Amino acid sequence: MVDKVGAVLVVGGGIAGMQASLDLADSGYKVYLLDKSPNIGGAMSQLDKTFPTNDCAMCIMAPKLVETGRHHNIELLTGASLEAVQGSPGNFLVTIKKTARKVDETKCTGCGLCTNFCPVEVPDEYNVGLVTRKAIYVKYPQAVPAVVSIDLEHCIGCGICEGQCEAEAIIYDQEEHMMDIEVGSIVVAPGFDLFDLARKPQYGYGVYPNVLSSLELERMLSATGPHAGMVLRPSDGEVPRNIAFIQCVGSRDKQIGNTYCSSVCCMFSIKEAIIAKEHTPGLEAHIFFMDMRAYGKEFDAYYSRAEEEHGIRFTRGNRISSVEEDPVTHNLFMTYVDGADLKTEEFDIVVLSVGTEAPVDTDKLKQVLGIDLNAHSFCETNIFDPLSTSEPGIYVCGAFSSPKDIPDSVAQASGAAAMASSHISTERNKLVEIREFPPEKDISDEDSRIGAFICHCGINIGGVVDVPAVVEYAKTLPNVVYAEDNVYTCSQDTQSKIVETIKEHNLNRVIVASCTPRTHAPLFMNTIRDGGLNPYLFEMANIREHCSWVHSKEPEKATQKAKDLVRMAVAKAALLEPIPPIKISIAKSALIIGGGIAGMTAALGIADQGFDAYLVEKKDELGGMTRRIHFALSGEDVQARMNELIDKVKSNERVHVYTKAKIKDIEGFIGSFMTTLEHEGEEKQIRHGVVLVATGGIELKPDEYLYGEDPRVVTQLEYEDMLTNGGLKEGTKSVAMIQCVGSRKEERPYCSRICCTETIKNALKTKEMMPDANVYVFHRDMRTYGFRENYYREAAEKGVVFVRYYPENPPKLTVNDGKLELTAKDPFLDEEIVVSPDVVMLAVATLPNADNEDLSTFLKIPLTKDKFFLEAHMKLRPVDFATEGVFLCGLAHSPKFVEECLAQANAAVSRATTILAQEELELEATKSCVIDAKCDGCAYCVDPCPYDAITLIEYMSDGAVKKTVDVDETACKGCGVCQATCPKEGIFVRGFTLDQINAMIEAALEVT
Amino acid sequence: MEEEEFEPLIIAFCCNWCSYAGADLAGVSRFQYPPNIRVIRTMCSGMVHPNLVMDALTKGADGIIICGCHIGDCHYLEGNVVTEKRAEAIELMLEDFGLEPERFRLEWVSASEGDKFARVMNEMVETIKALGPSPYKMG
Ligand code: FES
Repeated sequence: MVDKVGAVLVVGGGIAGMQASLDLADSGYKVYLLDKSPNIGGAMSQLDKTFPTNDCAMCIMAPKLVETGRHHNIELLTGASLEAVQGSPGNFLVTIKKTARKVDETKCTGCGLCTNFCPVEVPDEYNVGLVTRKAIYVKYPQAVPAVVSIDLEHCIGCGICEGQCEAEAIIYDQEEHMMDIEVGSIVVAPGFDLFDLARKPQYGYGVYPNVLSSLELERMLSATGPHAGMVLRPSDGEVPRNIAFIQCVGSRDKQIGNTYCSSVCCMFSIKEAIIAKEHTPGLEAHIFFMDMRAYGKEFDAYYSRAEEEHGIRFTRGNRISSVEEDPVTHNLFMTYVDGADLKTEEFDIVVLSVGTEAPVDTDKLKQVLGIDLNAHSFCETNIFDPLSTSEPGIYVCGAFSSPKDIPDSVAQASGAAAMASSHISTERNKLVEIREFPPEKDISDEDSRIGAFICHCGINIGGVVDVPAVVEYAKTLPNVVYAEDNVYTCSQDTQSKIVETIKEHNLNRVIVASCTPRTHAPLFMNTIRDGGLNPYLFEMANIREHCSWVHSKEPEKATQKAKDLVRMAVAKAALLEPIPPIKISIAKSALIIGGGIAGMTAALGIADQGFDAYLVEKKDELGGMTRRIHFALSGEDVQARMNELIDKVKSNERVHVYTKAKIKDIEGFIGSFMTTLEHEGEEKQIRHGVVLVATGGIELKPDEYLYGEDPRVVTQLEYEDMLTNGGLKEGTKSVAMIQCVGSRKEERPYCSRICCTETIKNALKTKEMMPDANVYVFHRDMRTYGFRENYYREAAEKGVVFVRYYPENPPKLTVNDGKLELTAKDPFLDEEIVVSPDVVMLAVATLPNADNEDLSTFLKIPLTKDKFFLEAHMKLRPVDFATEGVFLCGLAHSPKFVEECLAQANAAVSRATTILAQEELELEATKSCVIDAKCDGCAYCVDPCPYDAITLIEYMSDGAVKKTVDVDETACKGCGVCQATCPKEGIFVRGFTLDQINAMIEAALEVT
Repeated sequence: MEEEEFEPLIIAFCCNWCSYAGADLAGVSRFQYPPNIRVIRTMCSGMVHPNLVMDALTKGADGIIICGCHIGDCHYLEGNVVTEKRAEAIELMLEDFGLEPERFRLEWVSASEGDKFARVMNEMVETIKALGPSPYKMG
């Protein structure tokens, strides 16, 4: 038996690698995070905005970057590569080569002076060569670690930087070196690389200056890009009038071998078109594509808005064959099909929506790790084990196993973290240190000394609000002793700056004027804690979501409002008091709601981490919707795998299964929930520390296409059942499949994601069983993203006929002479198609579970408009709720495939483990507090308290009996209903006292 | 001299869990509304003492709006039910203070209703502009 090691190596420091590292480090494991680049951040760091919320990528990522960079259990190995791996799961010996940065990471302050003096100009990879950088450089402004490195390929060794560096951090004679580390498991997250556009010479990339890659455009759109967010034509620096996007360049292309779909480019182009239009008044944007793959949560709504609100033109069914250039004007020409017509149009800029490929070093990874790759050199995985490589103990997440977007990568990352730690869970907390903050400074005798940090947020705020003017104004406010502006206040170097400034200026309160406290307050609160201040001596002014973004056309008024908001924050901050922490012990168990594959996987995951799992299912058997899925696209026997899973769940001692059970009530909060179940006629109480919501979904029963009237019309799952159980009649000659039944329409605007692929699966199976049968698929867009595309191609090659329809002209199904007759109009041929199918399969929508509404009330967790659950953050917190201690996975989140449900289930386990692994939890300290001197015991507050946290008590004072109330701090959640009820101002919520709120009101009303 | 257009000052109390998130979503979605609103974040709409509302109005705020989660959705179970009752009391007080009822408004805005937040704020600004400055406004 090998000695297990409580450490994990994560390969790749992009968003997936960072998420995996953070989860592992927060769960009590030592993490080595390796990245070949000198700074972590990966591809996401190059993005300007993210779909479908248009969130600023750097803004949402920066807190993760900072957290990763300064986590006491994460060791960054940048500029490093994996050389050899020996050993077995639980105990690997890994050899790593660290290239010479030529800079002492512990000494460099990232001041950037050296880069100013370096005489060598090199094309800047971060900006895809659109600008230059120096030979000594930091990859991007917010980079972590915030230290420079020397690019040995270009350094001329002049020594100027060494002379300039005051920190004496430059070490010219630093050599590359090898190091060995021991870890229990490995997570690989090397990301992806882009298709080489030179392989499609017909588009003129690299020849015609105004042909750009989508990444080049992204950099142009970014505030930190070459033209500070402006889109300009490379040929003449002019502002373009129009811009065209060509989709699928390097994807879905047999000729070049990349037959798969890159999954993200459709949405990426829509986003770029929207942002480019925002940045360029009058710009027209036109997207040419084959199918619009807006398959994710809220994607279709985004797509509709792009068309309807932003006026972006979409022309479907196009694979553009070539781009021509007018050599004088450098304008570009493209010919495309529009309905039945052929048109040629002139564009100022053409953007190639570039596909993704496996990372360039994929072969080395294969060789060092011994993992299997698929035909496209991506990591090979199985749908029932989507996070495992072929090598035990080595896990995969992110774009390396298939092209995918950020939320899917993040979910996989958390999931891989859970898998990686499950078999070393006995070693938890053995190699880690507990995070120590410096002792808290006593400020009780000090006057308020406030520091104000005002954020430009690139151009998100700075593009509208005059930030320097706000800083100058802040300096004039009472109690403000220091104010400054930052390009990104959330970047790691600014965090160090804040800590230093607290000390240097003896600050005892801090305000940050930037974005929403709902996402960023925790980061800054930890920062001031590092500066020796109680975390509650912090206040935020939201000058982005509540100002620059909503008043973007009124810069002057927005600036005035920003000043007002800062004044309000300062007024409140001056009255803030330190709040002592409240700690509670954690119930080391999880309640999992829903016994489908997501719920079962989550239960097993929780058990593998060493905690108890209570699995509650309302039906009398486990399995959920998967009970109706018989075979997978890739051929696996789904029922067999599901039954295996059920057996494992039933035989695991730590998993307690309650079928046919109903949840009557859930009370409590993170660390200590109490659930009342109705099970076998009895009420049962369960105490647990976290909740995982896995309520699944259901198949729509449609009320169109004669469903329910004619037995030959069936749903997708019913058809699958017929295929498996011989329900299909002998002599079936013709099958018609209709897509988007109940999805992507007014009352249900979302895409159900799985139905296109399920249709392909069924079509292939039908062809396999009855090669002579005609199979017709009537669709709007075939959304077979990722490697699923290969099966779509196979189906087309095997003779399945695909006919596109438009929503204004759906196929019509009638019965004629006892025969089904389906009529549709082919938009390209502009002619009617009539078929007489023996069976019609409807690819119907996936609906949210009807119980979601009840649960939403019990747990205070929000739903989307479509009644799926709404996670804490669409991009970076896909399985968390804003309510602490509650997580979600599977179809409860949105429709998705088995492999995606399993990844999310593991992700929810990982997120839950970060809590369950702790011995005690520091609670939100925003609680009620009584002023005995003011309270006269009227008890008005006792009844309205939603948590029965207040009791009336008597005490002796000066020989007389007095009354007051007492607050139970663990029961109190700080809602403040008591404070607003009290006629005597005798009870208040810390951090939201009447005085503090009043100060804000008065500051708001002050006319300046 | 041309008179400057009246720019009202409106204070919006938003609960942290739904309405503040709704206001954030309005921002993320770039829904525009006039810059006359000053949001004050409270944990729950039920945290807003009626005195705060009346004080603000008598100190010169032109309008006050309290935004909370929809009934049934309050993060603290029934905080907003209490808010609803208090709103009735506030309405009565407005009368006593000689203020138009439109100067106070209670709205439920969920975390996914960025559009509603922007719409409500647009409406509120318009309403108050039509009413003119608060009679308590100094100067
Ligand atoms: S938390 Fe929103 S109203 Fe109570």
